[in-house]
Amino acid sequence: MQIQHDPRRARLKLILTLLSLALSALAIWWANNNLSSYYLRILNLAGINAILAVSMNLIFGFTGLFSLGHAGFMAVGAYTCALLTLPMRSKQTIFLLAPLAWPFNAVTLPPFPAVLLAGLAAAVMAYLIGLPVLRLRGDYLGIATLGFAEIIRVVANNIPTITNGALGLKGIPSFANNLWWTWGWAAATVWVTSRLVNSVYGRSLLAVKEDEVAAEIMGVNLTYHKILSYVIGSAFAGVGGALMGSLVTAINPKTFGFMLTFNILIIVVAGGLGSITGSVITSVIYTVLLEALRPIESGWSIGPLHVPEIPGLRMVVFALVLLVIILFYQRGLFGGREFTWDGVLDWIDRKRNRKQEVAG
Amino acid sequence: MSERSELSVQDLTMRFGGLTAVRDFSLELAKGELVGLIGPNGAGKTTVFNVITGVYRPTSGKVLLDGVDITGWRPDRVCKQGIARTFQNIRLMRSLSVLDNVIVGHRLRLKSSLGSAILRTPGYVREERELIQTSLELLDSLGLVHYKDVPAGGLPYGEQRRVEIARALATRPRVLLLDEPAAGMNPQESMDLCEFIQKVRRDFNLTVLLIEHDMSVVMGICERIAVLDHGETIASGVPAEIQANQRVIEAYLGVGYKNVAAN
Ligand SMILES: Nc1ncnc2c1ncn2[C@@H]1O[C@H](COP(=O)(O)OP(=O)(O)OP(=O)(O)O)[C@@H](O)[C@H]1O
Ligand SMILES: [Mg+2]
Repeated sequence: MQIQHDPRRARLKLILTLLSLALSALAIWWANNNLSSYYLRILNLAGINAILAVSMNLIFGFTGLFSLGHAGFMAVGAYTCALLTLPMRSKQTIFLLAPLAWPFNAVTLPPFPAVLLAGLAAAVMAYLIGLPVLRLRGDYLGIATLGFAEIIRVVANNIPTITNGALGLKGIPSFANNLWWTWGWAAATVWVTSRLVNSVYGRSLLAVKEDEVAAEIMGVNLTYHKILSYVIGSAFAGVGGALMGSLVTAINPKTFGFMLTFNILIIVVAGGLGSITGSVITSVIYTVLLEALRPIESGWSIGPLHVPEIPGLRMVVFALVLLVIILFYQRGLFGGREFTWDGVLDWIDRKRNRKQEVAG
Repeated sequence: MSERSELSVQDLTMRFGGLTAVRDFSLELAKGELVGLIGPNGAGKTTVFNVITGVYRPTSGKVLLDGVDITGWRPDRVCKQGIARTFQNIRLMRSLSVLDNVIVGHRLRLKSSLGSAILRTPGYVREERELIQTSLELLDSLGLVHYKDVPAGGLPYGEQRRVEIARALATRPRVLLLDEPAAGMNPQESMDLCEFIQKVRRDFNLTVLLIEHDMSVVMGICERIAVLDHGETIASGVPAEIQANQRVIEAYLGVGYKNVAAN
């Protein structure tokens, strides 16, 4: 939210934005065509994690709603999108035990509208859950939302005519194995979230986070703003879930357990509550590191020291890393700060001024 | 019937479980009046504010603003209707800048939709610019504009009190409730604050209800005073009457008060 109007700087910022967009597009195009499917998969996962982390940051970091329901909304999005994009023939082979219910047995949609509807479905679910639950605060809210996420999983297990029960869905069209999809949606998430939090609406969200009582006395409608943040954040969680389903091509209720929410929470906290930049960058670091650390789980030895195969050792390492980050950077790596062109330009100006001072 | 009160509190009773914090409290504020609410610790003063602003729903009794019954309304609706307040323990959004704090106070008049805010339509951009401009003017008129980018929590105590008043004014209230604005201030700061309150009342055409323990402030600027003790109204009247009231002296001012006040 800036008041100063400097047309030269505004133009410069526009040029820089367009330039970096063009560069990103070029990078995506190059990577899509040249990287091995293994690396592409990691980068796609990083993009999806960015969507999930930024959307959780909107809910938790900017609005202060400690919600642990992200995996639930991802499940809603993933199932919606999978059921809408699966070709008729696959549906017939998957739903052997119980026939697939209407409308999914009648329609097959292209990926884009299917992802949009996945976001919409998650948003509707967030609205329904949010209305009663968002009255709670702090830990209570965390527990209640966690409970709802588990309920969504249990329900998914028990409505075979829609979800195919515990067997889940296989052969989901893998359109999201494509950087344009994952990072395109990540860009959309960042764009919407940053526009929102930098608007007057966003100031009200921050006010709710800082002091509910004072915000309400100042005329901020608490329910409206909490629901607003929750629904938008969950919609993107639904989109992220849809893309993840398409990336891994098979989903079942177990896919959307609490660990999924927990991973995203790690990214959000490590990156910094209230920093979109932090969430995006930490998503990439986290995803890449998680892959890079895979070998330590399969057993290794340094000289006489022999470490046997320990599945899950990576998570131990991450817990330690998170601990260190919290110890040394209490507010996360980015501590609520954002990357902005204004920040970069101011920094350059300062450098230049200092040089001139030294020279003069 | 006589002229309608700006703020009218009628037979207000507030019980917390077995504790009656306020009993049968009534108060009429005419438009433009500055009235003091005093009493010993735990008398129920802040509770009266909390009921007026909708934080608590009263056990019984009514609150009317310019004739509109606002009893039990949600705080944000009470605010929209025209009552703003400050808190005994300052409640600014500490990590938000002073300007952002004031902008939040303007929020309730924002007309642009969420969609237009995200898309930054020309209409939204214009409204946001006007809103920031108005906020800056408000800060300027109160001599606070040089703090605009400072996180509110980083300001000196006395300045935080002023910013909190500025934020309340941003909601464009008809009635302003101040809960111990001079708490923790030295005599000089208290005097400055008195002037500040008087000026704000004039400039913004306000009706003010003031809770305060600092008797120099209360006696100095209040036109009328109501005294609470253990939730009961034990006296009300002009400052001179209150100062002379035997019950008030016993319950609150203390026997030595007159001598102190004479100094
Ligand atoms: N939410 C609550 N629950 C239970 N008791 C409360 C609540 N709020 C206030 N009280 C009690 O009501 C009584 C009046 O409190 P109140 O805060 O209104 O006093 P006060 O006159 O503002 O005192 P002070 O001068 O110390 O600010 C006190 O005994 C207090 O403990
Ligand atoms: Mg009090």
